[in-house]
Parts: sequence; structure tokens; C-alpha cells
Amino acid sequence: MDLVLQLLFTGIGIGAVYALVALGFVLIFRATNVVNFAQGEFSMVAAYLMVVCVEMGLPYWLSFVLALVGMALLGVIFNLGVYYPLRHRTYLPVIIATIGASILLANSVLAIYGPQPQVLQGWFETPGIQLGPVYLDSQYLLIIAVTIALVIFNYWFFEHTMLGKKLQATSQDKEMASLLGISVSTMIMITFIYSAVLGGLAGILVAPILFVSIQMGSTIALKAFAATIIGGFGDVAGAIIGGLALGVIETFGAAYVSVPYKDGFAFLVLVAFLVFRPQGIFGERVAEKA
Amino acid sequence: MSVGSDNMPATAPAVSTRPAFVRHAPYFIAAAIVVALAASMQFDGYVLNILMQATTFSIAVFGLSVVLGLCGQINLAQAAFFGFGAYAVGIGTTDLQMNYWLCLVAGCLAALAAGAFLGMSTLRLGGHYLAMVTISFQQIVTLVMINAIWLTHGPDGVSRIGRPALFTTSQGYLAFCVAMLAIVGYLVWHLPDTKLGRAMRAVRDNELAAGVNGIDVFRTKVSAFAICAALGGLAGGLFAGGFAYVSPDQFSFAESIVFLTMSLLGGVASPIGSAIGTGLLILIPEWLRFLKSVPGLYLAIYGLFVILIIRFMPDGIWGFVAAALDKWRTKIKTSPATKTLQLKPAMVGGDIVLEVQGLAKHFGGLKAVDNVDIAVRRGGVHALIGPNGSGKTTTLNVLSGLYKATSGRILLDGVDITTMPPHQRTAAGLGRTFQNIRLFRSMTALENVEIGAERPGNTMIGAGGGAALTERAMEALTFVGLGSRANEPITSFSYGHQRLIEIARALASNPTLLLLDEPAAGLNSTEKLELHELLKRIAAQGLTILIIDHDMTLVSEAAQHITVLNFGRRIADGESMAVLRHPDVVSAYLGSE
Repeated sequence: MDLVLQLLFTGIGIGAVYALVALGFVLIFRATNVVNFAQGEFSMVAAYLMVVCVEMGLPYWLSFVLALVGMALLGVIFNLGVYYPLRHRTYLPVIIATIGASILLANSVLAIYGPQPQVLQGWFETPGIQLGPVYLDSQYLLIIAVTIALVIFNYWFFEHTMLGKKLQATSQDKEMASLLGISVSTMIMITFIYSAVLGGLAGILVAPILFVSIQMGSTIALKAFAATIIGGFGDVAGAIIGGLALGVIETFGAAYVSVPYKDGFAFLVLVAFLVFRPQGIFGERVAEKA
Repeated sequence: MSVGSDNMPATAPAVSTRPAFVRHAPYFIAAAIVVALAASMQFDGYVLNILMQATTFSIAVFGLSVVLGLCGQINLAQAAFFGFGAYAVGIGTTDLQMNYWLCLVAGCLAALAAGAFLGMSTLRLGGHYLAMVTISFQQIVTLVMINAIWLTHGPDGVSRIGRPALFTTSQGYLAFCVAMLAIVGYLVWHLPDTKLGRAMRAVRDNELAAGVNGIDVFRTKVSAFAICAALGGLAGGLFAGGFAYVSPDQFSFAESIVFLTMSLLGGVASPIGSAIGTGLLILIPEWLRFLKSVPGLYLAIYGLFVILIIRFMPDGIWGFVAAALDKWRTKIKTSPATKTLQLKPAMVGGDIVLEVQGLAKHFGGLKAVDNVDIAVRRGGVHALIGPNGSGKTTTLNVLSGLYKATSGRILLDGVDITTMPPHQRTAAGLGRTFQNIRLFRSMTALENVEIGAERPGNTMIGAGGGAALTERAMEALTFVGLGSRANEPITSFSYGHQRLIEIARALASNPTLLLLDEPAAGLNSTEKLELHELLKRIAAQGLTILIIDHDMTLVSEAAQHITVLNFGRRIADGESMAVLRHPDVVSAYLGSE
């Protein structure tokens, strides 16, 4: 029973990371109707930025701020270089371009930084606290706290601010939004910046738990995508629930079934959902109208 | 995603009467010469390896040209399927001491089965699902190759892989691979002109229109995906025999991206492009060896290539060349068909062709169509009218199967089609056009109409050979007055003419019932008169029409029977003039006092 509680905690912690990246997926999907396959690389790049800043001797908090500013910049470049020129094409060219961008980002970092995984210290000095039978790792606690805070922020931002409402209007009907005087290109730019920062945040938070490596981006992205399908594609709450569920499933799978195939569980769950409940837990938006 | 320029239909009768093996003889002679060269020239080991790699990789990239170029679906796991074939030959010929040919076939079948399974679990959903699922699949296959040491020897890989007894020398084996390349290349090159190939192109251009023209969209996509996977498996099997050694890193996600880049660079629409792209991306890294000294650098450049190609040269190198060649080719004017189009709608049922009973379609709480009854009499024009938002187009979409009915029954000639998918309804005799025109935009007018003519169950095309299809399609185009422009691409037609092509596409299929969704919308007054004439000529041949339109002049003159909807309910039904004078109808259109 103690082990179960411990695994549950770890699973929710790692699931929170998937949820954050999944949220980035969903936001971009809702704004542009395409899936950004480079979303995971945002996490990876942010983790490397963080490592670079910390190695330069900057304080942790400053490194954190700089890394997120870097991600915002990357969001701008990504939008202008990859998405924006293709915005009037069908989804397939856009998908392929984002895959190209993902390969470009991952291998550029590899070329610059080499293949050795890097280590990033956690935010806190204290490694964790013992609560009854369960050991609560401080980094996991931080991840969970940040995820909760971000979910609340997200809700407030999209439902109660003018900017959030403009973003929603853009994602629902671009033509109508532009007729109402909303600058659609600005809204899409903001979406990319926000998603890049979200992805970056997830990468920085998870970096002390995993090694900082080139592969972390694609691994996280696949899990996050599986999470969005489990939750119901395009649904914000679904992405979060899906992410948490996947983290828990994977942690239990690794503990009770097999460690080397840990990364395979996401795929099995994904295929099971695609076959038996493709609309996910919360259902998906309706298909194209005739 | 790109225009296939290699599919100009045979128009001059002199060409089409010569049998295929005579027309294609030059290709086989050239291929035989290349195979002989490969067998007899003395290459050093380095050149031999490069040629072996280029040959086997090309076959794998042909697979991508089928799935991505022809059918518009993505596959990011081609290296995994390549690995299926390679490991089948690797493990089979070493650990299991099996016959090479058996292993090669087994590898293809394993890849085919895996591809079909992946496709069937994913292809009903949108394209980004497929992208992610194939990436995940690729990762799993890599995991298994590394970790299932009892089967795959893990990271060490499999060495001392055997070759068939016929081709034990490297040179002989290369010649064999080149011969395989020539055969597969021939098949892929001619795939677009087969029934399956046409279906794939139609699905790529417009899935909804493909479905209502009798194409099983899902099966077509799964077929394309499975063919791609099988070609990957074949290529992998040949590769394993050629290099005698395989290890997991040769079949990683990075290799899938290399395959994708090869395909995009050369031009995804044609096997020539695939071969060009493959050759270039094998040779360029050899010339620029210093790039390989920095890990990641050359893949980073591939990534950049992908973005730039998609942006600036979406049809790849060959697409670019083919488009330039096309400008030089003179436009062949077609001569209109001499025979008039025969419409022989099936007459199996009774007096009522279409019977709709208690039909309802609810979107959540919204009752778009609610308990509607319609009975369409054989041989007449029946109009379905109503103000905007009254549920007309929703009704039509439920009739043609694009939406599932919430409740109710639809009988076509006595056959219950309520639960059939769109392509089966079309096979049962339903034809339709769309309010917002849905033609296959990368094809010519003739090719569009041929797809209509190819409807399963069309009795007017005999056995359904290419010549019969072309003849039927030409008759249909001539019937709507566009016979002389059959070979022009869709984009060169005016809006009104595109509508006519859509009608011709439906007519070519010889339907039992023709559904027209606002055919007069967006037409000018001359075009409307022509449309009216056309409807009369169609009705004169006994084909039943169910038409939706807002043009009351057209409706009142053309239709004998009118059903009126408002807010999803039927408010009037009967003989035209009586219905139009019905007080409820007048108030629905003009408001009541």
C-alpha cells in the first residue's frame, strides 16, 4: 500500500509535466487547427538554456527568467519561420514543416552541445519531506504546485480577460474575429509565445528529475500527444486529466510490468483509446461539415 | 498536396488501342540495360555500397510516394517497416536457417500486416493522429529491437546475413536489386491510372467528395498505408541481404525522417522524384563527409531542408521540372463525344424512389431536422425548399450519409440505406452535388468525371475498362456542354462550369436518384437558364431529381412536387403550385401579418 501511494505521487508529478506540454499542444491546435510537432523540443531547448545559464554562474531564478524569455523569442521565430508562411495551406504541409523544425531544433542542440546528457540541480536545497509512508520529493511538489497554479491562471486568463476572450474568438472563427477588429496574426503570435513558454516551463521543471538530453523533447511530446487523445483532442481539461492519467499508468507500468518498455505504455494506451474510444474521455469537436 | 502531371489521360485513340506492353516496352528495354550494366560493370566496394543503398532506399521511398504523394497521408515510421523486412531476412537466414526468399516474403507480409493494423486503428481520424501514432510506433519498434535481445540480438545487431543462391556475389545481388527497383518503379508509376490509384488521388483531393462518389475512403487509405509499409519491408529485406549486417540504429526515427526528406526533396508525387531525392540525399552526405564529424549537424540540415522545401518547392525537384515541361506541352483539345449520354436509372422498386420516414438529426440540443417525411416519386423533379437554416442541407447530408441520422428510416428503391456509409449509398444508386463545389482539384475535368463513372454497380460502363470509363465520362461532359475542354485542369474553369462538371460527375455514375444541393447558387441569369435546360434534359431521360434551391422561379418551373421545411420540420408537401400558395409557406418566407 505504501508503495502504491508513493507511485501515485510520482505518477501525478510526472503526469503534470505531460499535462503542461499537452496544454501547449491544445492551445496551438485550437488557434491554428494544426498540431505543432515541435512542442516537445520547446521543453528540451528550455532545459538546455537553463543548463547554460546555470553553468555561467547566474542565480537559479535569473536563469529561469532568462530561459523563459528565450522561449518566448523562440515562439516568435517559430511562428514567423515555420507556421505563418504556410497558414493558408492544408494541414499536411504545416505538420511536415513542424516535424522539420523539431528535427532542426533537436539536432542543432546536439551539434552545439554534444550527446552527453546534462544534469540540472533542482530548485530547492531540501530534497524532500517524509509524510507518513510517502516520501514527497520537493521537485515533484513544485511541479504539481506550478501545474495547479497554471491551470487556475489559464482559466482566469481565457475566461476573464479581454485578451483571453480575443484568443478564444480567434480559435473559434478567424474570419469573424478579424471582422470584429481582432488582429488574427497577433493572436496567433501570442498563442505561439504562450505555448513555447508553457512547454519551456515544463522542460525546466522536469529537467532535474530526468537528465537533460536531446531525446527528452520527443519523449515528452509523444506522451503529451497521447495525453491529449486520452483526454479528448482539443479539450483543455482533457489534456490535463489525460496527462495525469498517463503519468500514473506509466509509473505503475514501470514498477509492476517492465522498466525498459516504460516508454511503450503510452503507445499501448494511445492505440487502445484510438480503437475503442477515439473521441477520448471528454469527446472531440465534430468532423468537417459538408 | 501536389499536382500529378504524369497522368494525362490517353486521348488520341491510336495510343489507347495499342496494348500496354507495347507502349511500355521502351521502359523495360531501358531497365534491362541498366540491370545488365549493374551486373557486368566492375565497381569497387565503396561505389557498390552506395549503389546498393540508393537502390534499396529508393524502393522504401516509393512507398512514401504512394501514401504521401498519391493518397495524402503521412507515415513517419517507414524506417520501422524497413526494419521489419531487414530483420526478417536477418534473423531468418541466420538464426532460423531459412530460405532467403521465404524470409523476404515474410518480411513484406509482416510489414504489410503492421501497416494495415496501424492504418485501421488510426485512419478514420484526422491526419495528425496518424503522424503521432506512426512516430510512437517507430519508437516502440526501436525499443523492441534494442531490448528483445533473445530475438534481435539487441544493440549488437545481426551479422552474416545470407543471400539467395542465385545471387551470391555483391555484383549479382546488386543487379537483382536494380531489377526489383525497376519492377516496383513500374508498378508505382502506373498506380495512378488504376482504379485504386484514382481512388487514392480522389481521397487526397477531397475526402467527402470521394465518399459520395462511391469510393470507400477508409479502405483506400488503409490500402495506401499497407502498400507503403510492404514496400518498406521489401526494401529492408533487400538491404539486409546487400549489407549482410543490420543493427537497430539503421531503423531509427532519424532514418524515417531521412526517408521523408528524400521523398519531399525529389517530389512526393512521382517515383522519378523519389529516386532523384534518394540519390541526392545519399550522395550529398558522401560529398560533404565533414558534416558527419559533428553529430547532429547533417540531420539539423535535413530538418531545415524539410521546412524550406515545404515552403518554397512543395512539389520537389521533379515537380518543378515536370511543371516546366508541362508549359511546353501543347494543350490537346478533345473532340466531344458523338454519342449522347444515356441515363438508364435502375427501375427495380415501385412508384416511390426515395422514401424518408420520420427522419431526425439532432446536434446536441439543436434539432436541425425533426421527424421529416419525404416521398420522392420516380421520374420527376422533387424540390426541397425552406428558409435559411430550415434544415435542407442537413437533410441532404443525412440522405447521402455524411451525417448519421439520429432516428428515422431512409429507403432507396426499397433498400434500407439508413446506416450505410456514403460510398455504399452511392453504390446503391445515389448521386449528389455540393452547395460549395467539391471537385478533385488536382485533376482534369475528364478525370473527375471518370471517378464518378467508376461507381461500383454502374451498369453503363460494361466491364469497367479504361476506355469504357473515358467514353462514359466524355459523354457526360458533352451532355453538360464541356466536351471540348475535358483535358483542362479544374482550376481553369469558371465557377458555373465547375458546377456543371460536378453534375456531369454525378450523371456519369448513372444514379437512380440525383440530389442537387443549391445548383443555381452563385450562377448568373444566363447560366441559370442553361441549368434549367439541363435539368429538363436530365428529367426527360427518366432520372429522378431531388433539388434544393432558393431560386423560386427555377423551383416552381422545374419541380412537380415540393416539400417545405422550416425549423427542421416539414410544414407543407404536395403539388408545386398548391404548396407555394400554402399560407404556412408564404408566412415562413415573407412573415405573417
